[in-house]
Amino acid sequence: MDVESDRVIDARGSYCPGPLMELIKAIKEEDVGRVIEVWSSDESSAKDIPEWVKKAGHELIGVFKESDYWRIVVRKTK
Amino acid sequence: MKRIVILGGGVAGTLTANYLIPKIGDEIRDRKVEVTLITDRPYQIYEPGYLYLIFNRLGEDELRRDIRELLDPSVRLVVDRAVRIDTENQKIICEKETHDYDYLVIATGARITPEDIPGLKEAGHWFYDLEGSKRLRSALANFKGGKIVISVIGVPHKCPVAPIEVAFILHDFLKRRGVRDKSQVVYTYPTNKIFIMDPVTEMIQPMFDERGIEYRTFFNPIEINAKEKKIITLEGEEEDFDLLVAIPPHRGAQVITDSGLGDKGGWVPTDRYTLKADGYDNVYALGDATNLPVSKAGSVAHFQAEVVAENLAAEIKGIEPTAMFNGKAFCFIETGWEEATYIWFDYFTPPQPVVPSKFVHFVKIAYNKAYWLTARGLL
Ligand SMILES: Cc1cc2nc3c(=O)[nH]c(=O)nc-3n(C[C@H](O)[C@H](O)[C@H](O)COP(=O)(O)OP(=O)(O)OC[C@H]3O[C@@H](n4cnc5c(N)ncnc54)[C@H](O)[C@@H]3O)c2cc1C
Repeated sequence: MDVESDRVIDARGSYCPGPLMELIKAIKEEDVGRVIEVWSSDESSAKDIPEWVKKAGHELIGVFKESDYWRIVVRKTK
Repeated sequence: MKRIVILGGGVAGTLTANYLIPKIGDEIRDRKVEVTLITDRPYQIYEPGYLYLIFNRLGEDELRRDIRELLDPSVRLVVDRAVRIDTENQKIICEKETHDYDYLVIATGARITPEDIPGLKEAGHWFYDLEGSKRLRSALANFKGGKIVISVIGVPHKCPVAPIEVAFILHDFLKRRGVRDKSQVVYTYPTNKIFIMDPVTEMIQPMFDERGIEYRTFFNPIEINAKEKKIITLEGEEEDFDLLVAIPPHRGAQVITDSGLGDKGGWVPTDRYTLKADGYDNVYALGDATNLPVSKAGSVAHFQAEVVAENLAAEIKGIEPTAMFNGKAFCFIETGWEEATYIWFDYFTPPQPVVPSKFVHFVKIAYNKAYWLTARGLL
């Protein structure tokens, strides 16, 4: 992946909806155009977060599976 | 003499004190230990009662007790507001006095911060503090029909099931008042489901449908337009209302943030099993004050108080503290005016609600009175 994240949220060990709520907080705080990356060890977050990103109209750069967690990378577009 | 200081006189602090004293009776008598509880108000409020106060089913006086009346007589009570916790020098700096401790128990709870959402204070109602509940009681009594939006704005918030309960009771309240057919009830939730726990969602969603309670999900309010009575969300949606019943955002106590002991939300990072504050061997944290992924509920504070009391007593007696919190929580869920279910769960067991019944509701009504025995450490 060649996009560099501006902010990484390590939400590993926290369960749904923890990681999503962390991302929502970050989206509220960051400027448009910034790339935010959430790390989650909870599989349902890896599904729910992209669904929320779509509804909220931001850009999902990707969901990347690491050894025992997921990296969900999002660009704030509005 | 060893000094144990408990900060906060809510469910967590009071129960820790009342469970601890009988375990260290000899040490207290021999003046080897002193237990002090510091709290900023001379009374305790039974917060679950707000859910009944707003419908005029319980009065203010029934929700409040003098804290001295609840505490074991051997506990030294200090009514003062802590402004800083100095863990390096083991001191609590209060507005009037400073107190030294050998062991500290943080039980400062959670507070609502409606000011975090512009317009919410002006245009919103809530049942998360006494003043807000009294205002909502009057708004509900005067409600003649229209659109009520129950909106969960912040997670985490106290009592995860309270927004569901208020939706169900409100539905019946409007029916009893003869205005349900002139009213729309809408419930909103931040995530993609109407509740965080799947087994509960599976049970309540069809019950919402049956009652015509509408819901919106992935709904995260960022602003309330007070003039036009509209909620504006991060997802770019708008929802208008005649009466907004909000679950406001929550944060930990100010003193936690001011002492550098909290995370961004002001919650104390805490070990999920030992309930020791991360990085401190002589500081415990419990109840709503912690960052633990457990419900912010009085029942959780109660079960945690048993663990903290047992471990503190062991430490005082020079025994290894081995009690562990297993995540246990118990919640009643009112599903109507006179009907309820309940759930219990822990770190290893998911909740499984039972079929709602009148019986469970009446147990809850009885518990609303019996709570004062729990607070005294008797039940
Ligand atoms: C509407 C509503 C319904 C609820 N329903 C239920 C339910 O049905 N079942 C259930 O189990 N739970 C329920 N709860 C949750 C329950 O009330 C809380 O989880 C519980 O009160 C937490 O106890 P606590 O002692 O951790 O915090 P609190 O009760 O908030 O106590 C904290 C104490 O610390 C004191 N304090 C704070 N800062 C300072 C300071 N700087 N100096 C000195 N003192 C300080 C405060 O004055 C307070 O006395 C409900 C809550 C609400 C709001």
